Parts: sequence; structure tokens; C-alpha cells
Amino acid sequence: MNASTSWLATFVDTGLTPQQLADLITSRVATVDAVEPLRSDLSTIIVGRVVTAERHPDSDHLWLTTVDAGGAEALEVICGAPNVTVGAKYPFAPVGATLPGGLKIEKRKIRGKTSNGMLCSSRELGLGTDHEGILALSTDAAPGTPFLQVLPNADTRLVVDVLANRPDLLSHRGLAREIAAATGKPLQTDPAPTFSTGPAATVRIAVEHATDSPTYMGAIIKGVKIGPSPQWLVDRLAAVGVRAINNLVDATNYMLHGYGQPMHAFDLDKLAGGLVQVRRARPNEKLVTLDGVERSLDAEMVVIADAERAQGLAGIMGGRTSEVSDTTTNVFLEIATFDPRRTRRTSRALGLSTDASYRYERGVPRELAEDVYGTTLQLILSLCGGTIAGSPAVVAAPEVERQRLTLRTTRVRTILGVDIPSAESARLLSAVGFQVAAVGEDLSVIAPWFRTDIAREIDLIEEVARLRGYETFPSDLRPYRPSAVPDPALLDTTRRLTDTLVGLGFLEARPLSFVADAGPEGVRLLNPLADSESYLRSDLLGPLSRRAEYNLGRKQGDLRLFEIGTVFRRGPATRPIEEVRVAALMMGARRPPHFTEPDPPSFDEWDAKGLGERLASLAFPQASVELRPSPTGESLWMIGINSRLVGTISRLRLDAPAWAKPAYGIEFLLETTETDPVAPPGSNAYGAVNATKTRHIPRYTPAPTFPAMERDVSLLVPDSLNGGAGAVEAVLRNVEGGVLEGVRLVSEYRLSAGERSVTWRLTFRHPTRTLTEKEVDERQRKLLRTLETELGVRQRAV
Amino acid sequence: MLDELQDLETRALRALANAATPQQVEEVRVQFLGRAHGELNGFMAKLPKLSPEERRPAGKMLNDVKEHITEAIADRASELEAASVREAPALDLSMPGRETWRGGRHPVTLVIEEIEQIFRQIGFTIALGPEAETEWYNFGALNFPPNHPAMDAHDTIYLSDDVLLRTHTSPVQIRTLQRWAPPIRVLVPGNVYRRDPFDASHAPGFAQIEGLSIDEGVSFVDLKATLTHFAREFFGTAITRFRPSFFPFTEPSAEMDVQCRLCKGAGCSACKGTGWMEILGSGMVHPAVLEASGVDSERYSGWAFGMGPGRVALQRYGIPDIRALYDTDVRVLGALSE
Repeated sequence: MNASTSWLATFVDTGLTPQQLADLITSRVATVDAVEPLRSDLSTIIVGRVVTAERHPDSDHLWLTTVDAGGAEALEVICGAPNVTVGAKYPFAPVGATLPGGLKIEKRKIRGKTSNGMLCSSRELGLGTDHEGILALSTDAAPGTPFLQVLPNADTRLVVDVLANRPDLLSHRGLAREIAAATGKPLQTDPAPTFSTGPAATVRIAVEHATDSPTYMGAIIKGVKIGPSPQWLVDRLAAVGVRAINNLVDATNYMLHGYGQPMHAFDLDKLAGGLVQVRRARPNEKLVTLDGVERSLDAEMVVIADAERAQGLAGIMGGRTSEVSDTTTNVFLEIATFDPRRTRRTSRALGLSTDASYRYERGVPRELAEDVYGTTLQLILSLCGGTIAGSPAVVAAPEVERQRLTLRTTRVRTILGVDIPSAESARLLSAVGFQVAAVGEDLSVIAPWFRTDIAREIDLIEEVARLRGYETFPSDLRPYRPSAVPDPALLDTTRRLTDTLVGLGFLEARPLSFVADAGPEGVRLLNPLADSESYLRSDLLGPLSRRAEYNLGRKQGDLRLFEIGTVFRRGPATRPIEEVRVAALMMGARRPPHFTEPDPPSFDEWDAKGLGERLASLAFPQASVELRPSPTGESLWMIGINSRLVGTISRLRLDAPAWAKPAYGIEFLLETTETDPVAPPGSNAYGAVNATKTRHIPRYTPAPTFPAMERDVSLLVPDSLNGGAGAVEAVLRNVEGGVLEGVRLVSEYRLSAGERSVTWRLTFRHPTRTLTEKEVDERQRKLLRTLETELGVRQRAV
Repeated sequence: MLDELQDLETRALRALANAATPQQVEEVRVQFLGRAHGELNGFMAKLPKLSPEERRPAGKMLNDVKEHITEAIADRASELEAASVREAPALDLSMPGRETWRGGRHPVTLVIEEIEQIFRQIGFTIALGPEAETEWYNFGALNFPPNHPAMDAHDTIYLSDDVLLRTHTSPVQIRTLQRWAPPIRVLVPGNVYRRDPFDASHAPGFAQIEGLSIDEGVSFVDLKATLTHFAREFFGTAITRFRPSFFPFTEPSAEMDVQCRLCKGAGCSACKGTGWMEILGSGMVHPAVLEASGVDSERYSGWAFGMGPGRVALQRYGIPDIRALYDTDVRVLGALSE
């Protein structure tokens, strides 16, 4: 909502500067987003005082003056105005200034004398048509003061962010009402309108559905003269950003911005059949609106029609055919209310939002039409002439009487946290038009008709807090009870994974969740912004790969990225299944280059496998983690948690330049999000869940006190061996219960096309005594025997 | 013989003192202690030939001398070794150390975690919820009138007629209120979605964090106090401004601004000349929201707030374009990891 400070002043004269007024509105009513001095094209003009003036030696009409423009020395200025007077002040455009027409002032020689600027007339400043002489200023302002500060009709535009629940603030009178309450200054009211009516003409109004237009008032005005508006009206409208069109249309716009009531004038002679009907649009009905666009209407839209066709889009925009033009002499004026939801639907469906629809969507109270009816007619008659020839109207009975609300003083205390006596609440509410009566400690309150947002006691409490001023409430911390809501287990998992990955040099990514395709179970958006974003992602590594490609495109090939985020897939219910997963992507150098190692090795499968295993056991500390080679080849390994498949480790296929190193990805499920409703609307499900927090805490094991013995065994592993080295290792681990402490694969050596030598380092240790060489030899022999019998694997001949 | 041994020791020690390299030390060892031809061995061989009276002191002295020389050899050897390390020309200590890769949390995560930290200290826990929601959880339960301009700021992405991507984290208020009996003090971080084209200041998906405090007697003063405390902890200033606002799910509603850190309220380009930074929206939870969640609105009251950690991150790190938070340029993120 754009408001003009001088327009506001016609309703309430506060004496505040525009900035003070803006601050007041922000703190009590709604935020003022901008304070814009109008006529900023005059910002380079300053006040100048003529110090001396004498005739130019070579001219009979020019003056040679010296002007004090606030600088150290007076400036020589040549002036042709007949009214230049020594000691008087005038608007002065110094060298470098620009006049509204775009003329840039420069140092000029006129008939041998130099002029350092220009004393200006009204017309040169775009303030009027007077060009008889320069504009004499009656001001105390010192020379050099910006002219805008002393401009008699200076106006400032306030851009007010009016909240969606306060349509009553979408007018100058509405804002002024609040300003009057906040400052204690009186709100000016309009004198009772007087106008005469002429011979009656007949226009019948028919409203098809009363809910579409609960109040529809018309006025037949005959004999108007359409022409340009007077300057004051042009200025008023310009101040709020509305272009003047003609006196009649400008009058309706004046009422809209001044009082908040949208209205529309039809050329009566263009309306067929003496009928104005408010009806739903017919199938395939078309209407060319005032903006010249042909609109295709549907049966949910409401139009204003004559006996033959639609002549306007109800509450949004009039039609081209019945537009008021220079030749219009008879007018049908509509002052009505329309259904907010239906207006909003139509406005959105047609992509057409206007000052009128903006207000109707938010709700224009039906009382407003009656309230402004007389004032409007008086304004139109005074601007356009003519006589009133009829006031047809269709007004439905009000659906509900305005509610009487109780405001409990104890409730005010509970919600606001301080004692506010009922007398204070009563005073605050009365100031903005509420009817208040004391009932014991409490108040009985009726909201004024223009406050459509007031429906409950809490709405009154908000009014009290707002009108009292939020800054009047203390902000000292008071005792509280800690939350009874337990932290989700996922939080702890997320933190541990993030700490580990960050410590290992991974950077966290938070990409968008939209993708072009998400596979057969993908969840599609009904209204995507773009085709490339029409699905929700079904995995994390996809978007993470795109981020890697982004970096590769910028010659960054050493990448370690991770994300913990949500993926979606279709489920049996209407809502998708949501999974929180972790994913990590790695490619390029394992370590930063160093002069001791200029080309560090790149990440490979084994880095990915090791990290995957580590992350999985971090995420599921009590579970057994198993990495099984993938049978399909789409991935390298599948990650199993307690035999349940939760994810994969894979080599990623990226759109990568030739120099890029292979990329590896790890992705697995952390938790499936609970998406079912907790309880039916209006009810709760307390106690339905177990609140105990389960957290894994590792158990203490003492450090070994007896020495270990290490043995390396090199085994011939044929490629044909089922399960590979893993099968050997499984046997090694199984055979020796308590004494074989560790089995570590330390080297691999290919002997021939079908056979490898693989070396394991075995660590033997007894918990309570030192093992002897002989014992270890014996156990090692036993191991080798078992391997030979179970797998046919023998020791490599030394 | 005792004199000879004394002389041998003296010579050995002198030779060691003159030995300048480990090789020379080794030569001294071979000369005096060598197993085959060492001078001391010569005396060993003579020992059995002595009379028992002579043998005892000679044996003892022999042992003492051997011990002294052995010690002296070890000392001289380690002296020389230390000297050689000191004089080693190979290591240029001005050369760079071996680095490790630097990882980091995303700037938005850093902001979220810092906010969580502050609220944890005053009795808050964390609550999470799904990103795809029903209209009821996202709008209806939060007191949005159907088809109302209040929804203009919530341009919604739908998955089906009734299922949408949540436009704010507030549905988790309803889920939490339905599941847990007060006292409730929770912080809700999460991703939300709006049908905004991706440009320098808008993204169709972004992070939000919201707080909810519900108990008996929780008031507007608690709201102001807690959020002012938060401003002091997070922004380093308790100079705040609460402006009237409107959200369907809170009443009274308030926007909180903090004094601009760059200009200290004087007005600058960062705060668009106002001296204030818009930080969060807040308000007393509307009784209709409590009632929709099965909470007795006469017995319990409370407040909620919501803010965008992404916007805070832009201010905090001086990032001009929100897309930098999504690009995942490793050079940019690496430099921002705190």
C-alpha cells in the first residue's frame, strides 16, 4: 500500500515528519518498507538568496545578480526574470544541477558575463505553469538548504507492508485511523455529503448469487462532462503511483485509495437493456478487459453483465466496451462488495491482479459501500457535473450480527505476561473504534464494522499488545521447565557421521531436492517450476554427482563431498516414502600434494570400501556391518546391516573430462521418516510412544598385558576359489577362537594367470600368559591344515 | 700390571677424545676392546698367570677399565651422532609441512548448529518431521483460512491433491503438540519448499529453523525475553525491535529485527538504510493451533518463531547470491568451513 503523507494529513494532522510517521506506523500498525520523498527530480535544487542585482550592461531585460547559495562566496548569476528582488530567496539550480526536463546546468557566458547557475520559475521545476517570473520562496531556510525541504506541497510516499489480515489499512483513511489512535490526534471526518437528484432513470440490478456480491449499490449519473482532473487530484494519485486518466475514473481511484472502496464507472449508454446483472460467466464466454486483453472465462468466475454480454470482471477489472471515454455523458457507477475467495480464484486463474482485486481478496466490508456512497457522488458531481438520476441497489441481509466478545483481564495477563488493567485495555481498544463496556473485571467488546479480522478473544489481546506497543513489554528471562520432548536418535547419528566425514576432509553439500528423472518409483511434482526439476530425488549420489560435475567444469578434480538428506519414492499410501540417507563422494588425490609426494595416489575402490564400512558402523554401532560384493555390477558392494540391505558402494559414472580420476560413492539408509498422521485433527496421542532414549555406549576392555606374536603366512589363492580371499579370511577367523587376536591381509602378488599369493599377518596373543614359539607354531600348522582341507588352499613354498 | 692398565685407560680415553667420526670411535673400540686383538684381551690372557693375591685386584681393575672405556665409547658415539644431526644439511625447515584435506560443514549447517546450541542451553530439544505433508498439517491445523491471501507467501509445490512439500517447518509444531504433553520446548530445523524461481535471492527449496515453547503460563514476555537472549548470543547485540506482524498460526505476531552489525543502527547498504536487520517472525501460538492439536488452549499457552538460516548465512559470510549455497563449489565451501 502506497500512502502519501500529505493525503494522510487531510485525515489526521500529526505534525510529524515523514520519517517519524513511518517509525510510528512500523511500531504500532504495519511495517513501512520505504520512505520515498516525491519529486526527487528536484533533489539537486537548493535555496538561493539574491544578494545584489543590477542591470546587465548589454541587455535591457537581463539582470546581473550575485546569489548566496550557502557557499563561501556569492555566485554571479544572470537572470532574465522581471521579479528578481534583492534579499529574496528563490529555488536555485547550481552548476551541475539537473532540471526536471533533463536540462543540465553549466557555467555559461551570456553577452560577455558569466552565469554560475540559474534561478528557477515554477514551470522550470515542473510545479505549475507560471513562467512570468522566478518562484519567490517565503522560508526561513538558510541558503544552500535542499529545495525539497522547503517545497510548499512537498509530499512523501510511504510504502506500507499491510498484513493480509488487515484490509482496513489499505486506504488513507484506514491508516489515518490508526495514526490518530497512536498520537491522540483527532481523525477528521467528512462533512455530510449534499447533492441534488434529477429526473429518475431506470436501471435494474440483478444479483444471481447473493454470496457473490452481498452488497451491490449503483448510481445513475446523467450529463457528466469528462475531461482532465484538476492538478490537486492528479498530484494525489501520482503520489500513490496511479496515473490520472480522466476526472471520473480519477474520482473512483481517489475513493479507492482514500477510503479503500473499489468502484467502477460504466458508460451507461453502452449497457444494453437497462439491466446490470452480477452473474457467473457462461461457458466459453469472452470479455475484453480495459487493458485490451481478451479473457476466456469459466463458470466459476463472476461477471458484471448487461442484458446481452459481460461488461466487466466482478471486483477485478471493467470491460473495454463500456469504458468511460471523452464522449461519455451518462454513467452507471458501481459501488459493491464481492466474495473474497471467488475474486482471488478468478484473479489467479487469469493472472490479473488489480488495486480492486487486491482489496476484494482481502475482504471489503459491506458497510464500507454505504459509508462512502454519498461522499463519492458528491466528489463526482463536483468534478464532472451532471445529476443523480437514480440509486438502484441490491443488498442482501447480513449473514451474522457482529459478535460481542469478552476480554478477560486474567487472560490478557496469561498471554501477554504483564498486568494490564481493564481500563487500559478499554482505552486502547476504544481509540481504534471498538465499543467497550466493563463487565466486572472483564470487558465486553464489539469490533467496529471495518475490522473484519476480529473474531476471538485472542484477536483483542493482540490489539491490546500492539496498541500498547511491543516495546513496552519487558524482556527478562523467566523460569521455565525444560522440554519433555526427547531428541530424535537420528540427530546423534547425523552428528557422528558429520564429525567423521568433516574430519576426513569431506565438504558438506546441501543441493536442491529436484531432479529431471527419479526412476520408476520416482515422485513427480504436480506443478514443477521446470521440466528439469519435475521429480523429487530418489537418491543422494545423483545430485551429489551433479555437484561433482559442476566442480570438474571448474577444473577441480580433487573432490570429497557428502550429504545427509531426504530422498523420496512412491509408496502404497498417497504420500511418498521418505528416507534419510547419508552419501559420500570421493575422487582425485587421496592427500594434498607435497614436495615429498608431488603426485599423491588417487582414491580407489579400497578407500571407498573402507570408508563405507566405517560410516556404516558409526551409524549402526550395535549392528553387524557386512559388505558383500554386488552381484549385479551396478555397484561394487552392498552394505548390509544385520543382514538387511541398506545401501551400496559404487564407482560413479560422471560426465567428466578425460583428466578426471575415477569417482566413488557411498550411500546408505539411516532412517525411514515417520509420515503418518500422529493423531486425528483436534486430538493428541500422548503416551503412544516410548520416550526412552537408546544410545550405544561402548564397553571397557582392558589393554592386553602379555606380548603378542606375529606370523606372516603366504597362501596360494586360486582365482577359481569361491569367495576369494574373503573366504580364506573367514576360515582363518573361525578356526582359532581365543588366541588368534588379529588377521590382517598385508599383501597380494599375482603368480600366474590363475593364481595369486596372498599374505596375511596373524597376531597371536593369550590373555593371561606369554605364548611360546612352539605353541604358535602348532596353532599355525593347525590353521594351514584346516585351510587345505576346507578350501584346498596351501601355503606358498618359501 | 696395574700401572699398565691405568696407562691403557688413559690412552683409550685420549684416543676417544680425538676420535672425530664414528669410524674412528669404532677403531678405538677395536684397538682396546676388540675380541681378537684388543689390548684389554691381552691382559685377560695374562690374568690366569698371576698369583692369587695379584689376580683379585688386577681382575677388578680390568673390569673397571673395561667398563670405563665402554661407557666412554658410548658417550663419544652419541656425542658424534648428535653433532652430525645438528650439522645435517639435508633438512630445510622453511619448507612446507604435509597438509591434510580440509573438510567442513555447509555454512547453513553451521548456522543451524549454532542456533541449536544456544537454545539447548535454555532447555530446548530438537524435533524433526517429514518434508512431504498433508494440507491439514501444513495449512489447516495452522489456522490458514482456505484460499486466503495469507497463503500468497506460501506458493506451494503439490505432489497430489492433498499432499504437498511443506512450505515451512511449522507442521512439526502440530506433530510435536499431538505427540508430547507439555512442557514442550523444541527447535525444528529442516528443508522447506516454495514454488519460487531460482534466482539470486530465492530458491525453491531452502532451510528453515523454528522454535516452539508451550507450557502453563508461557507469555509474550517469555517470547521477547528468549528471542532477545538469542539475539545477544547469536548476533552479539541485545538491541532488538519487535514489529507487529501477521501469521495465521500466531497471535499476537511479531517480527524481530536486530540492530545492523555493520553500521550499528546508523543505516547502511546492508540494512537498506534502516539500521535494522530483519531476522525472524514470531508470535504467541494461536489457540486454534493448540485446539487443532488436541491441546487445552485455556490451560496451555506458548510462543513460536521461525527463521531462515540461509538468509543468516548470506549476511554472516557476506555472500551476495543465494545460489552460492547450492553450487557446492569446493573452493568456496572450503574457504567458509569454520
